Amino acid sequence: MAEDGYNFAYLDEQTKRMIRRAILKAVAIPGYQVPFGSREMPLPYGWGTGGIQVTASIIGRDDTLKVIDQGADDTVNAVSIRKFFARTAGVGTTERTEDATILQTRHRIPETPLGPGQILVYQVPIPEPLRWLEPREAETRKMHALEEYGVMHVRLYEDIARFGHIATSYDYPVRVNGRYLMRPSPIPKFDNPKMDRSPALQLFGAGREKRIYAIPPHTGVRSLDFDDHPFEVQKWEDVCALCGSGESFLDEIVTDDRGGRMFVCSDTDYCGRRREAGHTGPATRDPEGSGA
Amino acid sequence: MYVAVKGGEKAIEASHRLLDSARRGDPGVPELSTRQIAEQLGLAVDRVMAEGSLHDRELAALAIKQAQGDLIEAVFLLRAYRTTLPRLGNSEPVDTGRMAIRRRISATFKDLPGGQILGPTYDYTHRLLDFRLADEGGSRDRNPAPEAERGPAAEEPVPRVVDILGREGLIEEESAPETGGAPPADITREPLRFPADRDARLQALARGDEGFLLALGYSTQRGFSNNHPFAGEIRYGAVAVEIVPEELGFAIEIGEIEVTEVQMVNQFTGNARTPPQFTRGYGLVFGHQERKAMSMALVDRALRCAELDEAPASPAQDEEFVLYHSDNVEASGFVQHLKLPHYVDFQSELELLRKLRAEFEDPPAEAAE
Repeated sequence: MAEDGYNFAYLDEQTKRMIRRAILKAVAIPGYQVPFGSREMPLPYGWGTGGIQVTASIIGRDDTLKVIDQGADDTVNAVSIRKFFARTAGVGTTERTEDATILQTRHRIPETPLGPGQILVYQVPIPEPLRWLEPREAETRKMHALEEYGVMHVRLYEDIARFGHIATSYDYPVRVNGRYLMRPSPIPKFDNPKMDRSPALQLFGAGREKRIYAIPPHTGVRSLDFDDHPFEVQKWEDVCALCGSGESFLDEIVTDDRGGRMFVCSDTDYCGRRREAGHTGPATRDPEGSGA
Repeated sequence: MYVAVKGGEKAIEASHRLLDSARRGDPGVPELSTRQIAEQLGLAVDRVMAEGSLHDRELAALAIKQAQGDLIEAVFLLRAYRTTLPRLGNSEPVDTGRMAIRRRISATFKDLPGGQILGPTYDYTHRLLDFRLADEGGSRDRNPAPEAERGPAAEEPVPRVVDILGREGLIEEESAPETGGAPPADITREPLRFPADRDARLQALARGDEGFLLALGYSTQRGFSNNHPFAGEIRYGAVAVEIVPEELGFAIEIGEIEVTEVQMVNQFTGNARTPPQFTRGYGLVFGHQERKAMSMALVDRALRCAELDEAPASPAQDEEFVLYHSDNVEASGFVQHLKLPHYVDFQSELELLRKLRAEFEDPPAEAAE
């Protein structure tokens, strides 16, 4: 049952309507940052207020919500946001990626591929991909309008000249639908290919910066690269210590103070379900194993 | 064997209980009432109302109590409440010329119509700890407040210093901007756009962080865009708030609020269009907050550089720098979000750094040539 004294999903209906209008505009212009009248939420700026406002504006009583942070359903902030919606909207929540109609995420895209009808809501700290190159909003808006993205290519080229690689490992810039340069939020570049032509609707909410942007289903999303330095994702020499997956994004766990470490899936739902299905990893095969 | 950390929900609940107990402190000490906070920590209440953009002493006092005296946290609580309130209408502009004055000083004229009224101020106190206040009831045997201070403030309108200068044409004229009947900007409903108009700028400064504005204002005095300010007038007191209900068609008073208003008078040498004259910087803050209102007025003047054909060269003149970073609820949230897990981005950086280090220590063949 939803908390009394507040509207369904906390925001009043006028505010939701304003946000939905911004979302519709964002969907109509893929990758374009739509300014919106972001409200002050009862959670701090920088902790998902943009994602929460987007979710609050689109959620209905029949929706099932999944909230992840760093790929995990059980990190404290994910728990807190899930609880916020359980309290204010009384909606069902789930940890199973395919059972959710709305997934709110911080820093990851689930490993389980998303399907049509699902909506992935990203929490975005800094929406402007050109921000580290040009701090002024008045300038960056002009650069987007003129499609003036040369500075970003120069920056990536400078990385290659200095390090031999593009030294951006997360929040890796993309072009959406061949037009707008977009910041995918701090997801690892490992997740970038999942955005491309995804059948799910992807919505991005930046509360503090007061911007909403979107990738409609089946829209082309290209990570910036060069012909002789094609975009590539991270690879691990290890597999998940718990489920043995060699295809998922792995978090490093420090197990002692002598250099011992192990790797486990960052996506807790994916990892748990693989283990249920009987998959094992180095740590689960050997009960005595330190996992190091 | 490694077990993933679970139980976030339980941990959060336990943390909230610990917080309740930390807030209450020693249960042997009587609990503070919000009334006591509103009465005896009035300046803290003023600051929370101003930066929370909500004039309500009781709610501000409650926020201060709930936040254990952390004023920025209290501002956040008040803002999160304010955001849910319906907008019933816009008031008429308040007329500070008709303020019931409790304090009014000018640093530009020795005497002036309405007089200099020192009022309650820390300005000329000697900052010696008053150990009598440490005893409970220690303030009881103080001298009573003087009559003039306790009695109703003068009902006569007190002319503003800048209006006196204005009669001679020595200070720029300032009239209400033509908005074509549109209400002034509200940055809590519409996002800031740049270049911002002065109404939006003043709103942002009025709810901006006192410390940040103080430092910026100070920087303008130390050479980072000197605009040669004089404190033309500082006044503090109560002003009436009036609305015009549609069905009545005339203004009715719905209450009073206390505000501090500062008019800074700044040197200006003129340009091709304008003769040399004084220009204005304006500060208006809820409650009694002279430090904040003066800082706001300095920064307002600095931000007017484009309109006055002054080359922007310092942080206080940089509109995006000032307005994007003056909000302490936004700043506090984003700085502290670094406490949230960043395992994934950090892992990505680790992987990259290990790769770069491996190549540094054992360069690939072509790079070694």
